[in-house]
Amino acid sequence: MADAPPHGVHDVGGLPGDEPVDREEHEPHAFEKRVGALLRLLSHPDKRVMRVDELRRGIESLNETEYAGYAYYERWVESIRRILVEKGLLDEAELQRKIAEVQARFGEGGGGH
Amino acid sequence: MAATGTDKAGAAPAYAPGTRVRIRADAHPGHHRTPLYIKGRRGVVVQYVETARNPETLAYGKDGTPRVPVYQVRFAQAELWPGYHGPRTDTLLMDILEHWLERAE
Repeated sequence: MADAPPHGVHDVGGLPGDEPVDREEHEPHAFEKRVGALLRLLSHPDKRVMRVDELRRGIESLNETEYAGYAYYERWVESIRRILVEKGLLDEAELQRKIAEVQARFGEGGGGH
Repeated sequence: MAATGTDKAGAAPAYAPGTRVRIRADAHPGHHRTPLYIKGRRGVVVQYVETARNPETLAYGKDGTPRVPVYQVRFAQAELWPGYHGPRTDTLLMDILEHWLERAE
């Protein structure tokens, strides 16, 4: 990858990877379904709070550590968070309060899994 | 062939089928729909597809106008992958926004 010209963190098609592609299938987790549903609602043409194009841009704004460390739908939800904060629809402090509240209710793992 | 109506208005397609094109090699820092592995590569326009809202501005909350012509471009796999060992007839088709194309030759 060191020889490749500048490119986005996601734009690695055709470049040598560090490890084999994980082709294992799994049933969608509740968390994954919720994130998928959240995006469907946010991007519904009736409201169009955000577009899939914005979701992609948000995913591409992750740094390398974040991109490599997050699972597929974790990237989505982090992108949704960034876009909604950017649009002023969510307030970062408000979000932190709610995350702390949910963590206290469910313990460290959060309530989603 | 060009889309009509105010909502569909956009530039008329500039490239006819059969036109030899090269994909711009720009290291565009923002959201774009042109993967690294085709940048700078040559291909042939197969057909005009549509004039679409520009996803590269939709991605920033804009309305995606002016619309941009989209073309289906064919690449030889051997053009994309150094040392490609498959048949010479192997190709890749990709939809590409007009502003990423320039005439080859």
